[in-house]
Amino acid sequence: MILIHCPYCDDIRPELEFAYAGEAHIARPADPSALSDAEWEKYLFIRANPRGRHNERWRHVHGCGRFFNAVRDTVTDKFELTYKAGEPRK
Amino acid sequence: MTRFSAFSLFAKALGGHQSWPELWPDAQPKAEYDAIIVGAGGHGLGAAYYLAKKYGITNVAVIEKGWLGGGNTGRNTTIVRSNYLYDESAHLYDHAVKLWDGLSQELNFNVMYSKRGVMMLAHNVHDVQSFQRHIHANRLNGVDNEWLTPEEAKEYCPPLDLNPNARYPIMGAALQRRGGTARHDSVAWGYARAAAALGVDIIQNCAVTGIRRGADGAIEGVETERGFIKSKKVGVSAAGNTSVIMQMAGLEFPLESYPLQALVSEPVKPVFPCVVMSNTVHAYISQSDKGELVIGAGTDQYVSYSQRGALHIVEHTVAAICEIFPMFRRMRMLRNWGGIVDVTPDRSPILGKTPVKGLYVNCGWGTGGFKATPGAGDLLAYTMAKDEPHWINAPYNLDRFRNGRLIDEAAAAAVAH
Amino acid sequence: MSAHRIANACRLNGAATVNFTFDGKPYQGKAGDSLASALLANGVVLMGRSFKYHRPRGLLGAGAEEPNALVSVDRGGGRFTPNLRATAVEIHEGLDARSQNRWPSLETDFGSINDRLGRFFPAGFYNKTFMWPRSFWEKLYEPSIRRMAGLGDAPSDPDPDVYDATYAHCDVLIVGAGPAGIDAALAASASKKKVFLIDEQDELGGGALADPALWGWLAESLKDLARLPNVTLLPRTTAFGYYHDNFIGAVERLTDHLPDPGHQAREKLWRIRAGEVVLAQGAIERPLVFEGNDVPGVMLAGAARTYLHRFGVAVGSRVALMATHDSGWKDLFALARAGVGVAVIVDLRESVDPALLAEAAELGLRVELGSAVIGVSGRLAVTGIEIARADGSGRHKLACDAVLMAGGWTPSVHLWSHSLGKLEWSEEWGAYLPGKANENVRCVGACGGNWSFGSGVHVGQLPTPKNPALLKAFVDFQNDVTAKDIALAIREGMKSVEHIKRYTTNGMATDQGKTSNLNALQLASSALDRPVQAIGLTTFRPPYTPQTFGALAGHAKDALFQPTRKSPIDSWAEAQGAVFEPVAQWRRARYFPRTGEDMHAAVNRECLAVREGVGIFDASTLGKIEVVGPDAAEFLNRMYTNPWKQLEPGRCRYGLLLREDGFITDDGVSARMAPDRFHLTTTTGGAARVLNMMEDYLQTEWPDLNVWLTSTTEQYAVIALQGPKTREVIAPLVEGIDLSSDAFPHMAVREGTICGVPTRLFRVSFTGELGFEINVPAAYGLHVWKQVWEAGQAHGITPYGTETMHVLRAEKGFIIVGQDTDGTVTPYDAGLDWAVGKKKPDFVGKRSLARPDIVASGRKQLVGLLTDDPNEVLIEGAQIVADPKQAIPMTMIGHVTSSYWSATLGRSIAMALVAGGFDRMGETLHIPSASGKTHTAKVVKPMFYDAEGSRLNG
Repeated sequence: MILIHCPYCDDIRPELEFAYAGEAHIARPADPSALSDAEWEKYLFIRANPRGRHNERWRHVHGCGRFFNAVRDTVTDKFELTYKAGEPRK
Repeated sequence: MTRFSAFSLFAKALGGHQSWPELWPDAQPKAEYDAIIVGAGGHGLGAAYYLAKKYGITNVAVIEKGWLGGGNTGRNTTIVRSNYLYDESAHLYDHAVKLWDGLSQELNFNVMYSKRGVMMLAHNVHDVQSFQRHIHANRLNGVDNEWLTPEEAKEYCPPLDLNPNARYPIMGAALQRRGGTARHDSVAWGYARAAAALGVDIIQNCAVTGIRRGADGAIEGVETERGFIKSKKVGVSAAGNTSVIMQMAGLEFPLESYPLQALVSEPVKPVFPCVVMSNTVHAYISQSDKGELVIGAGTDQYVSYSQRGALHIVEHTVAAICEIFPMFRRMRMLRNWGGIVDVTPDRSPILGKTPVKGLYVNCGWGTGGFKATPGAGDLLAYTMAKDEPHWINAPYNLDRFRNGRLIDEAAAAAVAH
Repeated sequence: MSAHRIANACRLNGAATVNFTFDGKPYQGKAGDSLASALLANGVVLMGRSFKYHRPRGLLGAGAEEPNALVSVDRGGGRFTPNLRATAVEIHEGLDARSQNRWPSLETDFGSINDRLGRFFPAGFYNKTFMWPRSFWEKLYEPSIRRMAGLGDAPSDPDPDVYDATYAHCDVLIVGAGPAGIDAALAASASKKKVFLIDEQDELGGGALADPALWGWLAESLKDLARLPNVTLLPRTTAFGYYHDNFIGAVERLTDHLPDPGHQAREKLWRIRAGEVVLAQGAIERPLVFEGNDVPGVMLAGAARTYLHRFGVAVGSRVALMATHDSGWKDLFALARAGVGVAVIVDLRESVDPALLAEAAELGLRVELGSAVIGVSGRLAVTGIEIARADGSGRHKLACDAVLMAGGWTPSVHLWSHSLGKLEWSEEWGAYLPGKANENVRCVGACGGNWSFGSGVHVGQLPTPKNPALLKAFVDFQNDVTAKDIALAIREGMKSVEHIKRYTTNGMATDQGKTSNLNALQLASSALDRPVQAIGLTTFRPPYTPQTFGALAGHAKDALFQPTRKSPIDSWAEAQGAVFEPVAQWRRARYFPRTGEDMHAAVNRECLAVREGVGIFDASTLGKIEVVGPDAAEFLNRMYTNPWKQLEPGRCRYGLLLREDGFITDDGVSARMAPDRFHLTTTTGGAARVLNMMEDYLQTEWPDLNVWLTSTTEQYAVIALQGPKTREVIAPLVEGIDLSSDAFPHMAVREGTICGVPTRLFRVSFTGELGFEINVPAAYGLHVWKQVWEAGQAHGITPYGTETMHVLRAEKGFIIVGQDTDGTVTPYDAGLDWAVGKKKPDFVGKRSLARPDIVASGRKQLVGLLTDDPNEVLIEGAQIVADPKQAIPMTMIGHVTSSYWSATLGRSIAMALVAGGFDRMGETLHIPSASGKTHTAKVVKPMFYDAEGSRLNG
């Protein structure tokens, strides 16, 4: 059970308090109707799925309830850092 | 290839087993092949075998970064079944089940396919409706699957607890009698041996480091730790590592890789006759020929390549098993391990051509790839040989994520209301 | 006591006598004995049978590594446990231990025929045969293999014991309470840190327990540690797994050693988060590989010393040593000094430390250097050995009744490996040692390679002049893997250690290779002529030793496995004799049978009661979300398919929620309570998912919107009253609300009081009848329900359950998300295009509805079905075909999603998803049943009752 730093609570808490929420920085297009099918597919389904550094989202669902972002190594599962939603990709 | 039989075993035994040949030679890469398969799991080795056997393409290399059969082939709970709901799925998995039947004889290698039955437990009204839908669809598709009352289910699988006051009472079950298990390692070894006998090179400990495309964008070959290997056809069957390989070819994929855990108990005398699955409590269990209870756990929630899962997943899985089979509480967990499963948005595989000419893919099997091993191998071979998909795998294309023609078995079992 | 018990120099001096049985035969041991030491003290050397060949086996070791002496223990009443290591079972008064995997008895086991035929069952034999005739695999071969395999019997009754579980945190967790672990604990405790010291044995001390010179130090140290408030000592606790971020799983055994376990928990799962982990797990001695190394009486030298000093048991009266390592000499000297007779010291090395030779001479011990044991005589117990020089010359035999093996030591790096710490090969140890750490962890003592105990050589198999093809020299004792099996695997092309392991099953027994992995590696290294490091190393996986399922499940059992959520009305329904059904985490009343009624009769009666009078239904489980803020309407407008901004306060609207992929995920009726406040409802199972989804969009996509979301599912009890007499029932109870149709139309909401309790009163209907849903604070739910119930008596009020609710809504064609939709259904497919705001520029899922396959023709669409025979009720889930005469596989065009007997209509009704269904109105379709009969049904609109909706007005 990994330990996760919530940037809102500024506390390190166990994974059971959190829900994983997929890859980060995939913003919903402002006008989806303007997108081609291929562009919409990319938004919906295409994921980086890297071996290594991964920008991802978590929600402190059994804590403050906030969504936030994290950089984690998918090979070691170790977090590099977590940061608040809305902050630029790190 | 030395033919395996009770007689050859007897004869070799008299000679102290000194003259058995290698099951497969450890090949060195040649400069060029007619086809390359990346990934020597059961699927990849199967594809190589069928390329050679059915389509006469014997100048084939299977390239593996580790040891053959060392990925999910050797880490799964070995369940074989084809009682899937949608026509596309039923055809795909039943194609595999038909190949499982007789595979030992075809490969002259006992893969220990055991049709002991796969039983799925219904714990609520929604399960009953869902299983009835499966059973009716399966029957009309020619796939065996039948409804059992709770009493009939217990007769087939005596350890079931029919206590109506259980947290998740058993309201009935769907049984596929042709379903069962096979010996996972033997499948990889059997295909490797049979493919090698037909001339396929199996190259282990040789990671692919790049994919080379020509000026026209078509595949020219693969870069490896042991140098460039030329081929106009490359089939990628790399499970959890597919995204990484595809990126080498410049392709982004609708895949995510998650840790999936499984565990076995200490071996005990025969106590469990079939495979039992419960989607509602998230557990499945069978007993291996060796006597171990083989138990599948769920995936961890986050993307990972660490092959290392969390304890709370195991706790939940074991608790679920004990809830259905309270007599197993005093059994003991012997070994617990993790694999990496590659999951698509609709949790169905991608098996076919890619936008890159000469590059083929077989991935996205999620938690259910083992059962499809012979079918996936056969269909990947067909697709590579003909440069077009077989009708069975045609729906499993990449286009479906763009046009919306998803094959979402899990959604069909969704619970709401 | 017995001739095998040595009184002096033993920790059990003066211990009480304990009576126990083994295979039904009574024995006596001492308090503090393991089952292994107690049996040895009684002269019992035969304790088990091996897995494959059913060979007679005695003890190999004295601890967690034991592969041979496995027993079942029956405590009665369902407390049966197989496969326990005799070395880890503490004896207690009345212990009932039994040998396993033998028939009819341990001494005479018919299964040992496998041993005679062993040459026909080499590694991988099952891959090579049992293929003809095909049908024999399942009928004959596999059942035979299964019967022969397995060790003990499985428990057959539910386990009556309970198990405990806890979380714990500490600064320093030390695993292993041998000298190194105790030193680490003393050092860490001095800094006031919170220290846990855990050890798998019943007595702390580890290797020091077998070394009388350390007993004084041990007693003092443990006394010091026990005094410290910041130190927690946990004996009988096995750290079995090392997980992410210094999270350690451990199991404490609480009652197995007690004569009467009482009612306390049997075991306790400790989930420990440690700041730093210190691994002091010691090392495990390696057996030597030679013919006959598995005859009962051949054991590890260090184990013999443990039996001597810890338990006061001599493993024999004339003991031989086969060593490649100095440590065995010292163990044998200890035995000799305690008065145990010694036959010979055999050492493969041509020369050894002169000090060892001097001590041997002083004790008058015979020494044969440059030699090896090449055979062992005796079947159920050792009677002698044959020795030869390394070159095969000088063969001779000696009588003895025990043979000690000293092949060097393997550091226990199991937990280290779980933590993904790197391993480095050590030539000196002939084993892997901890390298670079991956967590905040260090290894001390022997498991870290810090232990001075002499030196040795490391060989795969001892030299022998005998034909290697005919030898039975065991590597993995339990699984009967011999050196020639390893050789065969390599001959057949298995060149990586994982292949060798899986082909031979070496290291896959219940000891998980603790004594066999390194020997297999050495053998492979020799056979392939490659260094050991090049062969690889099998990955250690949790658990370190097998752990009880019950302990892993912990408290999650019965009602606590998955708590059942109950509505505030649940107790009333139970008292009324309701039959319940599980729905998501909830239990809901399915129907309320009267005496003699089955579900069918009860539901018919309930349905008619609602249509003709008034019914009362508990809808409290519906998910509820309070949406508040100036942008609340804008937010809902973006989330739901339909428009929300123009909805007047006081009015309700049906909301349809899609996933971004365009498929229906939830629905519910919601009300605008005020310009900035909405009361949302969701499906029972969808509440948490919908809230999470809404939070996701609100927080991450539209953080500019000023909206708060609060789950209110459990804040409100919801009492649905449906039927033409509804208004009459509640009118006397409601204050502050005008219930007239003009003032309070359908799909409106009003606030006031009912029975004196504040309420949000919805005028909504999921039945097509006049209906109200009374939302009151949950704590008042039962009170209001009872008042309404009382008031309704005069009107024949009837409680109804989910089954009736389903029938009534189906008569009106209302969908149940998850039953009539399945995650692949769009609003258009479900006939809900009226609920899609066509003018809205965007909403969640809108773009996906324009994808090619979604706009294509032939999609499955929700329709009604009326069977030609009105008495036939189709099975939900049944498949539909257009042509019933086609051969299998048939082309299926849809399936029945909902199907009921409608008492109101006096016939069956059904809903179905059918390809191109909207264009098939009036068509006759076919539904082949499992029995072979094919039903026929006509496609109709999914609206079976009161199509004009006049009944809504009561």
